[in-house]
Amino acid sequence: MTLAPFVILLLAALVGYAINLRAARAIRYGGSRLHSLQGFHGLFSLLLVIVPVLTLILVWLAVEGGIINRILLSSLPDGVLDGLGSGAIQLIGAEIRSIAGGRVFGTPEDWKLEAAERLITYREISSWLLVGVVGAVSLGLIYFARSRVAAEFRARQRVETITLGLMVFCAVVAIFTTIGIIAALTFETIKFFQLVPITEFLFGTNWEPQIPIREDQIAAEGAFGAVPVFLGTIVIATVALFIAVPIGLLTAIYLNEFAPGRLRKIVKPVLEILAGVPTVVYGFFAILVVAPALRQFGESLGLDVASNTALAAGGVMGIMLIPFISSFADDALSAVPRSLRDGALALGATRGEMMLNVLFPAAIPGIVGGVLLAVSRAIGETMIVVMAAGLIAKMTINPLDSVTAVTVQIVTLLIGDTAFDNPKTLAAFALGMMLFIATLVINVFALRIVRKYREIYD
Amino acid sequence: MTDITPNDARKASNNATTEAVKRSLARRNRKQLVLQGFGIGAIVIAFTVLFILVASLVRTGYTAFVQTHVTLDVYIDPAEISEEGLPRGGFRDVLTAAVLDNLPGADPEEDARGVRNILSNGAQFQLRDQIVEDPSLIGQTITLTVPLSDPFDQLNKGGVRRDTPEDQRRVDNQEMAWFDALDEAGIISTPFNIGLFTNADSRFPELAGLKGALVGSFWALLTCFLIAFPIGIGAAIYLEEFAPKNRLSDFIEVNINNLAAVPSVVFGLLALAVFIGWFGLPRSAPFVGGLTLALMTMPTIIIATRAALKAVPPSIREAALGVGASKHQVVFQHVLPLAMPGILTGTIIGLAQALGETAPLLLIGMNAFITSAPTSPFDAATALPTQIFIWADSPERGFTSRTSAAILVLLGFLVMMNGIAIYLRNKFERRW
Repeated sequence: MTLAPFVILLLAALVGYAINLRAARAIRYGGSRLHSLQGFHGLFSLLLVIVPVLTLILVWLAVEGGIINRILLSSLPDGVLDGLGSGAIQLIGAEIRSIAGGRVFGTPEDWKLEAAERLITYREISSWLLVGVVGAVSLGLIYFARSRVAAEFRARQRVETITLGLMVFCAVVAIFTTIGIIAALTFETIKFFQLVPITEFLFGTNWEPQIPIREDQIAAEGAFGAVPVFLGTIVIATVALFIAVPIGLLTAIYLNEFAPGRLRKIVKPVLEILAGVPTVVYGFFAILVVAPALRQFGESLGLDVASNTALAAGGVMGIMLIPFISSFADDALSAVPRSLRDGALALGATRGEMMLNVLFPAAIPGIVGGVLLAVSRAIGETMIVVMAAGLIAKMTINPLDSVTAVTVQIVTLLIGDTAFDNPKTLAAFALGMMLFIATLVINVFALRIVRKYREIYD
Repeated sequence: MTDITPNDARKASNNATTEAVKRSLARRNRKQLVLQGFGIGAIVIAFTVLFILVASLVRTGYTAFVQTHVTLDVYIDPAEISEEGLPRGGFRDVLTAAVLDNLPGADPEEDARGVRNILSNGAQFQLRDQIVEDPSLIGQTITLTVPLSDPFDQLNKGGVRRDTPEDQRRVDNQEMAWFDALDEAGIISTPFNIGLFTNADSRFPELAGLKGALVGSFWALLTCFLIAFPIGIGAAIYLEEFAPKNRLSDFIEVNINNLAAVPSVVFGLLALAVFIGWFGLPRSAPFVGGLTLALMTMPTIIIATRAALKAVPPSIREAALGVGASKHQVVFQHVLPLAMPGILTGTIIGLAQALGETAPLLLIGMNAFITSAPTSPFDAATALPTQIFIWADSPERGFTSRTSAAILVLLGFLVMMNGIAIYLRNKFERRW
């Protein structure tokens, strides 16, 4: 049934296309010269039908659920919703929906069964109404498009205006996405700071988001000092960079200057494989292989290594970042003008000296840009730390210990809990806001460095 | 008087210089060799890690591609299962009796409980479905192949080692003896594990499969493609071919570049707050997942499309304009078709990234425990990467190997998609 409006739309668009094409052809064969080619008259009708009707269908489907839900809740018998919170009302709505969907658990009250019946009727009415509206509007638009067909009608210009408009819309989607991200984060973060003071969040050193869900539950008060969480992210990212930067840079140096062509052809795709492995795979690798190995190694040295040590998460993240850094450094080294390279060699430098004393310093800005982008990747990386790092926030910089990270907290706070009115959920958005700001600043800064440096040599 | 002529002196000092240079040169060359050695070492480390990664996945995962089954002659006892009682009945007892038939040493009364655990919990449902479909089987003896439960499956595959002490083993000596008796009777088989692809998730590792995740991932990727592909191409054509150089188009460009670098978990927050919170779309639905992935894939597609459009030489445009085509006709009838292979390559690579993306799907609840495959993109479902995440969290031994197997399946899909992209690039991309 959800497909019906789309099918009608498609048929209407094709019919409109055919009608206008025939009309235009008739004029052409009648001996008059058309301003636009016949096809454009057809396309004019096609676009004129598709654009508004598709918008209509999508808007209808988007608001349908909410409106039906409101009508349904107001149609419930008096008194059943009295004194219930918004969460409980939502729950009743969900139960009625699942009964309507044929999934009955236990023996629901009669009024719920009746409501489910009504819900099914409402849905049917809504979908028939949609079909009717779509049909009527389509017919009207086809008629209108047909009435415009004439020898002097500028169909091509109209079609081009519409397509240009569509393309502008596509381009603006990127802006909408950014606005959506900023709006979502800002709204929820403001709500969070109304419950928890911003100074506590930014400077507090105690992170215990386990707040009581029910009134009578005995649990910790809940503390939202995010400093240990930030610290954990910094520790893990530092470990990752300690592994990724040297290995990535040495790889780039070797590939750029010393590696024979054939070796380069093998190594580069293999590094790309390393970059293409999904992060959830790295996370599993960390808990399956790396963490137990580190623990055993630590035991043999007499060190106490936590089972989810920051070293495992950071180390595996470092491996993930190697190809990222090496490809950036390789590009930066290749962008250094040949004259510098040739000049150094002509003065008698060995290729090693030329690389270390001339090329590498000249490429430093580009490399720094790449490393900064890797930093932003490292602090935003989620799956590796969710699987391999700890959950408890500790004020420690010992990488052998278990630390948590910003992304870990976001995911664990939001899994399984959707109420948007408690500080636990909202805290995740506040953390997301911090993450977004930090990565944005680093990215803008890094991209600026990379671009500026390129301009100097170009 | 000395015999040394100025010429000789120069020669000597020349020799000394040459010696010094030679010595220092050797040192400098050694330094370069050290640098090269470090470079090779770095590459070797990267390769070793990749090798260990793949090897450990294969080593733990290959056992999940086969499943231990037992073939039983089951007498459908009318005393246990009556036609009126369907779909209820003593299916489990009937199966237990069939196993006991093959274990002469076991006492039907005392050992029934232990023997029952040899079979997977899903065996009774398999039998039930078969009898519900054809009630005339009641009273007959049928041959049935059913999976074993996880401990015995692991015992057969070597996941449970026989030489560990009994109190640390998941299968005790008595159970091991039963298994060996069944094995000697020749009714144990380990065929290819079709269930891995045809079953949905389950609490029992021997029954858990990837069907739900595969279907969920399919719906999500389809949604992602249907949204991101047209919008991405539209945006790219506008920015590359039509956009005037003004503030707005600069702003859009900056936006797209920044979106490409926003952490994926932030997109998850966006989806949770906007799609689920404000628009009221269903949780855990592949459609919402696809929508989120589309927003993340769009920058990749836009960047790839712009590069492909840029690569079409100006001569094509000029020729088309020269014979009287409008700007739109030039772009849509000449430039775009020529750029299509590059665009498709970029799109497939973007979709491959989307397939492996996990964090945003976790936030919109696609990590739910769902025991049936979704029938539409609006049903609750998991996706391949989130299924991996769920299984990785499960303590049973059988799930560890299934996680690795699921990862191998995921990597297989990624290799396939990238392979198609490379093929397209090699086959259709023209060098001008």
